[in-house]
Amino acid sequence: MTRFLRRRGWVAGLFILFALLLVATKIIQPGYGAGDFVSLSRAVLPYAFAVAAQTVVVIAGGIDLSVAAMMALTSVTAAAMMNGASPSYALFVVPFVLALGFVLGAVNGILIIVTRVPDIVVTLAMLFVLQGAALLVLSAPGGSAAEWLKALVVGTVPLPLLPDAVTAWFPKALLLLVVCLGIVWIPLKHSKLGLSLYAIGSSELAAFRSGVPVARTRILAYAFSGLFAAMGGLTLTMSTGIGAPIPGPYLLASVAAVVLGGVTLGGGRGGLVGPIVAVFVLRLVRTDLTLMAVDPNVTTIVEGVIMVVVVMLGAFLAMKGRSP
Amino acid sequence: MSNTVLPDSSPLPGRRLKRLMSDYPLVPLILLLVLLVAVLQAMRPGIVNPAWIATTIKFAIPLAILAGCQTMVMLTGGIDLSVGTVATMAAFIVATQGVHHDPGVAIAIALVPALLIGLFNGIGIGVFRVHPLIMTLGTGLIGTGFLQVYQRTVISTGTAVPPSLAWLGTGLSYGVPNALLLFVPVAAFILFLLNRTGFGRLLYAVGDNEHAARLSGVRYWQVILTLYVLSALLAGIAGLLYIGLIKSASLSLAEPLVLPSVAAAVIGGTSIFGGRGGYTGTIIGALILRVLITLLTVMQIAEGARQILFGLIVLLVTAAYLRIIEDR
Repeated sequence: MTRFLRRRGWVAGLFILFALLLVATKIIQPGYGAGDFVSLSRAVLPYAFAVAAQTVVVIAGGIDLSVAAMMALTSVTAAAMMNGASPSYALFVVPFVLALGFVLGAVNGILIIVTRVPDIVVTLAMLFVLQGAALLVLSAPGGSAAEWLKALVVGTVPLPLLPDAVTAWFPKALLLLVVCLGIVWIPLKHSKLGLSLYAIGSSELAAFRSGVPVARTRILAYAFSGLFAAMGGLTLTMSTGIGAPIPGPYLLASVAAVVLGGVTLGGGRGGLVGPIVAVFVLRLVRTDLTLMAVDPNVTTIVEGVIMVVVVMLGAFLAMKGRSP
Repeated sequence: MSNTVLPDSSPLPGRRLKRLMSDYPLVPLILLLVLLVAVLQAMRPGIVNPAWIATTIKFAIPLAILAGCQTMVMLTGGIDLSVGTVATMAAFIVATQGVHHDPGVAIAIALVPALLIGLFNGIGIGVFRVHPLIMTLGTGLIGTGFLQVYQRTVISTGTAVPPSLAWLGTGLSYGVPNALLLFVPVAAFILFLLNRTGFGRLLYAVGDNEHAARLSGVRYWQVILTLYVLSALLAGIAGLLYIGLIKSASLSLAEPLVLPSVAAAVIGGTSIFGGRGGYTGTIIGALILRVLITLLTVMQIAEGARQILFGLIVLLVTAAYLRIIEDR
């Protein structure tokens, strides 16, 4: 029982925290309703994909500093390709951009394996490379997105047999997030590759001696990270209608939410649900503080404090659990 | 090495060169620096003159100090991403407090947040065992938030960089940058600390094998606390120097230096996993980065291509250098 709580407790706690925050929001702003939840989901989208990208790599025992730059590059690529093109051309653009992210992510992994330089340095160097490439694609924010793509993240899902009051709480953005992540993550987690990811994350040497192809698994971890980042880049283009070559604040946010979501930075532990809920929590805190008319700069302080305190608490609990 | 001994008693020249380089790891770094300067001179004849050298050194010094923080922290297997925020805070506060107070008082006030952030980092990492990356990222975020709030309160005061800092940051005496007056003692202090004191030995010990270090009686949290306070104070000093050089306060003044400071330490041969490295390499690493930036500017290529080349070259240099020094 305690073991179950320790394993699932963190994610359950996050869900409870999220629910409490929703209640708090309703108290602060009685008018907070379905419409605001829909816009929250939309705002969360790029963050959620950035976090997913970071999570895959962190589970495999690495870190990816190039997530935000990768999102910027894929976003401008999509926006530049769709500029002035027909809506059906976008059907080709989406898979192309996703493949681009997958390949560039794999390049990250290959460079780490081949050069034997630590991952943090390789992805740092790639941050500059991808950022530079994004500037070459579009030197200023621009481009456009196909209308049907933009429509994918706006509004709610029309569910049959349900009253409007209920469907109003099902934003399309949330559905898109769940479908995109689920389609990749669920089969991945239950495959041999998924097991290998966790294996090399918890002990690379033990994994190697048990016959796990460490190099290949590491490369694929970064490739999937690139794929998620490309999804994030696409959602950026979808929700803004343009591509911006300067990376957003997604790197810091992704690391914060990964840790908050119960994925240990050493690797080998945690899942995708925790970090995603953590993103919602962090965004909702921001909304609440805005609703309470708190100075937006204080919001930055609060976010930092939450991150540090939660991590300290987690580390403290882990210490307590180890000592007896 | 023993299993690769050649039957011939005199090794091949290439192998001997490699051996020489791995025995003196600074040699290839200095060669690279000279090579970059030579390329620069070839591309734009006459650019390498005393004035250019002075400018390069002036801009390399704040980077080298921040990279010094990074070097010490990386020796223990950590990383300090809050140095950019700490330096920016010190710079911004000294510029705004300099309006009403004496430079000395303003400098003292400016170093208070550095001390606090360092203490906070040290407690989080040393006592609560939070991952350094997360802890310093978080405190950096908190610091930035406080700085933005602080900016609101001083928005009408304007800024005034103390003349002494401007003299130190930009001035030249007999063609030699005044900033060296600050940097030489700082560098000597770091080198002395790392190579000649027990504290320096402890840093290497903790980074090499933390468990063994603890079992040999090292008080881990005390070492880490001291280390991060020291790192933050040095970052604050780098910020003070940087505002004297740039002379206009902004809320993201030193942030662009954070990632290059990590790169400078890594290029200089300090292992990000701890236990190996030194400050001399880092100083040369900082100079290499500065020359590289000039080189890419002189090439007059698009900003994007410049960033791509910068990233690729940093990666290439690090990879090549790791091969050389690991091949003993």
